[in-house]
Amino acid sequence: MTTTVATAKDRYLAEFEALDRRGAFRSPSWLAPFRRRAIDRFAESGFPTTRDEDWRYTNLTSLAATPFRPAAPSPAGVPAEALERLALPGVEWARLVFVDGRYSPKLSTARPLPGGGQVASLAAGMITDGDMIERHLGRHVRWDRNVFAALNTAFVEDGGFVSVPPEVRSETPIELVFLATTPGVVAQPRTLIVAGLHSRLTLVERYVGITDEAYFTNAVTEIVAGPGAAVDHYVLQEQGAQAFHVATVHAALGRDSAFDTCEATFGGRLARTTLTLEFAGEGGRGAINGLYVVGGRQHVDHHVTVDHAVPRCASRQLFKGVLDGTARAVFNGRIIVRPDAQKTDATQTNKHLLLSDGVEVDSKPQLEIFADDVKCTHGAAEGQLAPEALFYLKSRGLGEETARALLTYGFAHEVLERVAVEPLQAYLDRLLMARLGSDRITKEIV
Amino acid sequence: MLSIRNLSAGVENKPDILKRISLEVKAGEVHAIMGPNGSGKSTLAQVLAGHPGYIVTSGEVTYLGQDLLSLPAEERARAGLFLAFQYPVEIPGVSNAYFLKAAVNERRSRQGQEELDAIEFLQLLDEKLRVVEMDRSFVNRPVNEGFSGGEKKRNEILQMAVLEPKLAILDETDSGLDIDALKTVAQGVNRLRRPDNAMILVTHYQRLLQYVEPDRVHVLFDGRIVKSGGKELALELERKGYDWIREEVTAGEPAGSSVAR
Repeated sequence: MTTTVATAKDRYLAEFEALDRRGAFRSPSWLAPFRRRAIDRFAESGFPTTRDEDWRYTNLTSLAATPFRPAAPSPAGVPAEALERLALPGVEWARLVFVDGRYSPKLSTARPLPGGGQVASLAAGMITDGDMIERHLGRHVRWDRNVFAALNTAFVEDGGFVSVPPEVRSETPIELVFLATTPGVVAQPRTLIVAGLHSRLTLVERYVGITDEAYFTNAVTEIVAGPGAAVDHYVLQEQGAQAFHVATVHAALGRDSAFDTCEATFGGRLARTTLTLEFAGEGGRGAINGLYVVGGRQHVDHHVTVDHAVPRCASRQLFKGVLDGTARAVFNGRIIVRPDAQKTDATQTNKHLLLSDGVEVDSKPQLEIFADDVKCTHGAAEGQLAPEALFYLKSRGLGEETARALLTYGFAHEVLERVAVEPLQAYLDRLLMARLGSDRITKEIV
Repeated sequence: MLSIRNLSAGVENKPDILKRISLEVKAGEVHAIMGPNGSGKSTLAQVLAGHPGYIVTSGEVTYLGQDLLSLPAEERARAGLFLAFQYPVEIPGVSNAYFLKAAVNERRSRQGQEELDAIEFLQLLDEKLRVVEMDRSFVNRPVNEGFSGGEKKRNEILQMAVLEPKLAILDETDSGLDIDALKTVAQGVNRLRRPDNAMILVTHYQRLLQYVEPDRVHVLFDGRIVKSGGKELALELERKGYDWIREEVTAGEPAGSSVAR
């Protein structure tokens, strides 16, 4: 195992040096030393193994053993049928589409933000908003402690860039679609969101695979919310059946800002999300909701850290998982309340619905509280469908499958009902229904 | 409509809750089954509805010419049997309306009828909501979640109204209701009473029977039907309690040997 992991590391290092020698990194001068530090960081530790506490339950041997290559310079074509399937009906909002990590202007719908601001690819943003990007990119996410964030930072090339100026309140969502089309390719999209003072924005990130063969997405999203800003953030993960999906999200929240995120995970063979909320100013509020619906041999891992570094912030976490087949779920919810962070109010809930005997769950709360005037609660539960509820539904004429699907839908719905964007909620309902596979329920609810 | 012959049933740890029960229910009839706590009333209701936790040890039940006991719960429901639960189950995240529409259309499709679309269903629902005096907001809430005891029972009657069963079994629908809720529930039941359907009211007290007049009253005691009579039997029970029944039974009077009608 050590050998394969080491080999995998060397492959990425060699790739980096080759690109660097060719001068293929078209990037501003400040970025070059940054890349170098990040690749050095990656070189130091390489891919984590299950001996790393943060990766104890998630084995990366197969990820490390698969030789992924970067995408070809010109993006692959995307079948019209696939694009159609992706479209959210009835929406008119800005949509940036990335194919295997590269921006595709052809597939994107640009819409200027009212009141100025920028919605662009990160590569374009480096030219137009270089200063802002230099100020924020890689300054929030802890790539020094997160190997995948370091790897992404070393290879940073493209992704989404959204900047909302102070006092601008953007009511329509901005959608970023990261399409994986090519087997064997690694894509490392990098997204930076900067919400100015008292601004408001809604961001939708979608990760979609249209190939059932193996590929690797290593995404990093940094979100910076200024004082009084409100950011709604959604992540829809619909990766292909054999995909490796590693996502790092870091939200740095200024004074009195609000961050609401809801992420829904359906796809991938191995999916790991590392999500960090960092309260950097007093009076911040964060809500983190997550739903994962997995089956077969899927492995899904969420590591959530809420860092209450300052006083008077509130955080709410709700993660629910539905597991079937021999799927495995890992949830690690860490809440840090630092010594100064008095009047912290933090909750965390993690619930799993186990639909088969072959599934496995490792759920671990991790509370590190160093202040004394705080409210902090956590709870975890695992259960199967309640026989009394099944009988109740059957006694109304619903068959076994329909009854099971309806109860599962009900379990998952608690998370989806927090999706405030109606077309998105409807789309998620449909995804969920497709997963539950009940024609009756699909017909009645969607 | 329903013919129960020598039915014995129970649960794994107590297989002999019901002891050779026999009962005939005809279309248009309302039967009341009364009895003290622990006499087996709810067991009878659950066995008829097809709860998988109950084991039938002997006897047979014919419902509309079919062998009821061979059918799983959902097929009994599709054949027009309905149980109003004593303790309705909360289903978080599923609205009452979706649940009911799924149930209605599931049954309609099984019976070869055209399914109702959203508009047709809402029309039906509005009509039935009036029967139980509930408003629309009620159906948009998750099934029974956070409902008061009275609301849960009214919701059972709403489901019954929407599903239009041929045979409805109401298991202690009157328990835990204040007098206003009881009247509403009783009124709903009376409006649903028709010559071509039948009802079995399982109850501990006589008070529901003040508002819903039964054709027959049966006393269930220690798993046996020990006495059957007209509606006056309910009044007698109310007046005298269940002790005299207990005395009669322990005195060894032959009871429950004939088919209760």
